[in-house]
Amino acid sequence: MPNMSAIVHPQQRHFNPYAENGGTILAIAGADFTVIAGDTRQSEGYSIQTRYAPKVFRLTDRAVLAVNGFAADGNMFVKKVKQRLEWYKHAHAKDMPLRAIARLIQTMLYAQRFFPYYVYNILGGIEEDGSGAVYSFDPVGSYEREACRAAGAAQSLVQPFLDNQIYFKNQTAAPGRSHPSHLPLPDVLSIVVDSFTSATERHIEVGDGLEIYIVLAKGRSLQGVEGLHGLRELSTQEDGERVFVLQRDLKKD
Amino acid sequence: MSLCMLGPTRQCVLGRAASSNTVQFYLANTIMFRNTYDSDNTVFSPQGRLHQVEYALEAVKQGSAAVGLRSKTHAVLLALKRSTGELASYQQKMIRIDDHVGIAIAGLTSDARVLSNFMRQQAMSSRMVFNRPIPVNRLVSTIADKAQVNTQEYGRRPYGVGFLVIGQDHTGPHLYEFSPSGTSFEYYAISIGARSQSAKTYLEKHYEEFAESSLEDLIRHGLHALRETLQQDKELTINNTSIGILGPKGEHEKGVTSEGSFRILEGEPIDVYLKTMEPKVTAESASAPAPSSGDEDVQMAE
Repeated sequence: MPNMSAIVHPQQRHFNPYAENGGTILAIAGADFTVIAGDTRQSEGYSIQTRYAPKVFRLTDRAVLAVNGFAADGNMFVKKVKQRLEWYKHAHAKDMPLRAIARLIQTMLYAQRFFPYYVYNILGGIEEDGSGAVYSFDPVGSYEREACRAAGAAQSLVQPFLDNQIYFKNQTAAPGRSHPSHLPLPDVLSIVVDSFTSATERHIEVGDGLEIYIVLAKGRSLQGVEGLHGLRELSTQEDGERVFVLQRDLKKD
Repeated sequence: MSLCMLGPTRQCVLGRAASSNTVQFYLANTIMFRNTYDSDNTVFSPQGRLHQVEYALEAVKQGSAAVGLRSKTHAVLLALKRSTGELASYQQKMIRIDDHVGIAIAGLTSDARVLSNFMRQQAMSSRMVFNRPIPVNRLVSTIADKAQVNTQEYGRRPYGVGFLVIGQDHTGPHLYEFSPSGTSFEYYAISIGARSQSAKTYLEKHYEEFAESSLEDLIRHGLHALRETLQQDKELTINNTSIGILGPKGEHEKGVTSEGSFRILEGEPIDVYLKTMEPKVTAESASAPAPSSGDEDVQMAE
């Protein structure tokens, strides 16, 4: 029998334009607020590239965009969205409404239909009517408004937890009572933190740090968040929607 | 003495001449032949002038006035908005380019739109490519060079608009004038547009006070300068005045970013500044008759 391992097989060098940088993002909409969070670990394979690479960005005082998948595409996409929002501001002297930003993101993603941005986007913020909103996208622009969404490496761990805790799936309410349609802010924040600590336990690509953005509707007080340690305000105006950011540590192993 | 020439196009042109006959003849020729050298911007006149460029500058001079001035901490632009009639809106005179740059325009508004769009692209590109705001002098040089191309290429016409540009960098606030001839200069204070010389006279008189002025004082000076450009019996109102500000927030402002980003004030918010102006001294009020005593006796003047 001839030596099979001596046979030469055709080889092809190929540059892979995409990489998987891990991490997880999550957004939950309340009645008059929205919470958007993402861990800060950036990895490739079994290596950690950095323990702090933000994945969640403030676009305007009422919109926050979380991007997950291929970090280079994610970062560039955010820059381009911000530029488009600036052109809008120049032309109309006001910020773009949230549902318009969502549609804009769809057209920007689909424009690259044949060389996509390898990014799962979640847009969170306050709608024109003052309600909390979450829009989630696939890499080529299919999108939908939801009450909550998790995306990224630990999506399969976190989304079912959210389905149970936010949508009350597979849960029956106490007799004579119904499930609340919206949860209060402190409850939502606890769910977010628990989602990430649990995901960190069981998924190697999740950990290091957690960044949580909170967007509040116009006129909504800081009730439920005042005492939080390390709360930072990012809003630019005194009388509009407000954006805050919070940082917490996650396990580094 | 003056002279009147009938040129080949039957235009009657009046010119003031010096006493010598040769100069009279020389000037007569200038005026008479201006028309043959002014169609193409690639043709110099015998006096070494580009008439098309000068006509473009004329378009700027016909636009309504804009005034710019700066202190150590702030730079402000003030502009007079024109309207075609009582039923019409007032023409926008001020455009935001970036957080740290704003302009006031005088001349062809359509040209201003195109150029300001270009400036915005430049500013955004600088942020995207170099991760820093565009240096203002560089931005102004870029549009000056762009305007110059139109003064030298055959078939293109010069831009018919001039800008006053205010910008902010680590060395503080700056004020520039951009003109369609392709030149730009930095100023402590400047004005362009119709009757702008009257504003310049006011600015020249007071410019030494500007450096240490507060924002409110700077705006007050600017309003006084702008008022000088008004025609008889017109006045500055909240509808026809536009104020652009760069620098830390003033006493009457709210919602200004910590970097003191460029903002435009129009309408109601300007009223508080208009009220700080000194009342206008008119010929009538200066010679107002002594108040009557209530009866018909003629009173001695005090």
